[in-house]
Amino acid sequence: MKPWRQPGFWLPLLLVLVGGGVALVLRKDTLREMMFTLLMYVALASSLNILMGYTGYVNFGHIVFFGLGGYTGFYLISQHGWHLIPAALAGGLASALLAALLGLAVLRLRGAYFALATIGINEAARAFVNNFGPFGGPTGLFVNFAVYREYGGAPQALWLTYTLLVITTLIVVGLSYWIKNSRFGLGLLAIREDEDAAMVMGVRAPTAKTLAYVVSAFFPGIIGTLFFFKNGNVEPGDAFRLHMSIEVLVMIMLGGNGTILGPILGAAAYERLRGYLLTSPLFKSLHLAFAGLALLLIVLFIPAGFIGWLRRRFPFLRRWLE
Amino acid sequence: MLAQTLASLVDGILLGFVYGLAAMGLSLIWGVMRVINLSHGAIMALGMFGTYLLFTHLGLNPYLAILLMAPASLLFGFLVYGVAVHRIINAPYLSSLLATFAVNMMVIGIGTAVFTTSLYNVDFSLGTVRAGVLALPGTRLTAALAALLITAALYLFLYRTRPGKAIRAVANNRAAAELMSIPSAQVLALSFGIGTMLAALAGGLITTFFPFTILSGSGYQSKSFVICVLGGLGNPLGALLGGLILGAMEGLIPIVLPVSWVPVVEFTLFVLILLIRPSGLLGART
Repeated sequence: MKPWRQPGFWLPLLLVLVGGGVALVLRKDTLREMMFTLLMYVALASSLNILMGYTGYVNFGHIVFFGLGGYTGFYLISQHGWHLIPAALAGGLASALLAALLGLAVLRLRGAYFALATIGINEAARAFVNNFGPFGGPTGLFVNFAVYREYGGAPQALWLTYTLLVITTLIVVGLSYWIKNSRFGLGLLAIREDEDAAMVMGVRAPTAKTLAYVVSAFFPGIIGTLFFFKNGNVEPGDAFRLHMSIEVLVMIMLGGNGTILGPILGAAAYERLRGYLLTSPLFKSLHLAFAGLALLLIVLFIPAGFIGWLRRRFPFLRRWLE
Repeated sequence: MLAQTLASLVDGILLGFVYGLAAMGLSLIWGVMRVINLSHGAIMALGMFGTYLLFTHLGLNPYLAILLMAPASLLFGFLVYGVAVHRIINAPYLSSLLATFAVNMMVIGIGTAVFTTSLYNVDFSLGTVRAGVLALPGTRLTAALAALLITAALYLFLYRTRPGKAIRAVANNRAAAELMSIPSAQVLALSFGIGTMLAALAGGLITTFFPFTILSGSGYQSKSFVICVLGGLGNPLGALLGGLILGAMEGLIPIVLPVSWVPVVEFTLFVLILLIRPSGLLGART
């Protein structure tokens, strides 16, 4: 089975490529900014989906990896003059390393206990960075404008950041398809259905879970570096918002937990909906309440998400909507 | 030095009673229905603003206002349970986490629209009680006393009355309780209502000595998680002890470390306890 013959494989990739490519071709700054936020959420949701969708472990601390990886990368750029690409990779690796260490300990917990522990990790990480001298404490870090000279000026640097984000998103989406259809991924799905049974059948659950955690943590580290480099500063309040973790969860639920296309569509839909609510004069002050209402309705009535619902309702679409 | 240590210890412990009260509701709901109630903080904020409105607009004594709020918050808890939790009580726990968080978003969203996120306070004082080197604000003493009374009432309710025993039976084994013809849906609604009421009461008590915003609840909610784990998730009475431990820590840590390190210690401890002894220091039982 060649993956590129499968519409379930190339459809999500094509969607990201076209969505991300339009801004690259048209060279419009406003479009780029909009797509940057959108793709960032797509990549965050897809990477969280590798852990949450496949193994069923709810992680409220996904944003820890975004924040900590972003801090690491940004620190290397602003204090040590690294180029963006190695710094982003270093941010990703730092996140992955942290996930490996945390995972060995925390993934022994199951179900809601794991979810609670991730909330604790998120709060502890934020409080720690708030106090950690080299990372600038509560005021955070800033990038010196001279840094942009290396990239041929600020606009070029921003376009480079955007291009890297598009590539990262493509890799995350491709990887989540590959994992889902690999032996490793089938093991993860077995863990989601019944962890004890999976272990009896020979799935090495602790190793598999930790590996899934590491993979899902690597990408937020990269994305964090790109995001904070684009912003030009980083501070603890922005980097560790529990709220953002939960928004990413909502996006996955909206599109369909454990599907490839789901997190992409969910992230796009949620982001656009929020943009609309925030700018419309009628709903501006109530946008949070409406987002909450939407979430409640999804959880209560279509828990499989949009893609999951389509797949169940129209079985012939299953080949297309992985 | 010793006097200062003693003063901050007593200060922290008095605060700990109220923290414990807030966590008790969370712990009860978890113990009975295995739901982590992410709307807890938002409900605390509602309790704060309820007290504030009754105090400033009707001129009621804040403690009377808190008393009046109790039945209202119980009803609100029934409502939340009926709308958001009942349908998914048997679904994977992700559903209940997200459903209660959705309630949180709605409450905070509407609250932000009405009150904005600016700081409010209940301008109320009971003077200061002096005992040797200690100078204790009267409002904090009263709040600690109130928290103690409410805990005692909860204990009597859970162990001495039929509905309370039904709650404990359902917490212990829902299927078996249903076989004994205990109406589990009503019992779950009642437990959720009581959990909500405890959150609102704790929120009300906090207003008498701290200023607050509509977003304040989330900080107390995070503390409540730590307390629940300290005292044993699902053990509401252990939550009071957990609250006292946390309060004492908040009083004592600033003596050795800068205040901003307190949350680092708290949440590291939280994760460690979850890892080493997930049933909490006292063990989980309702």
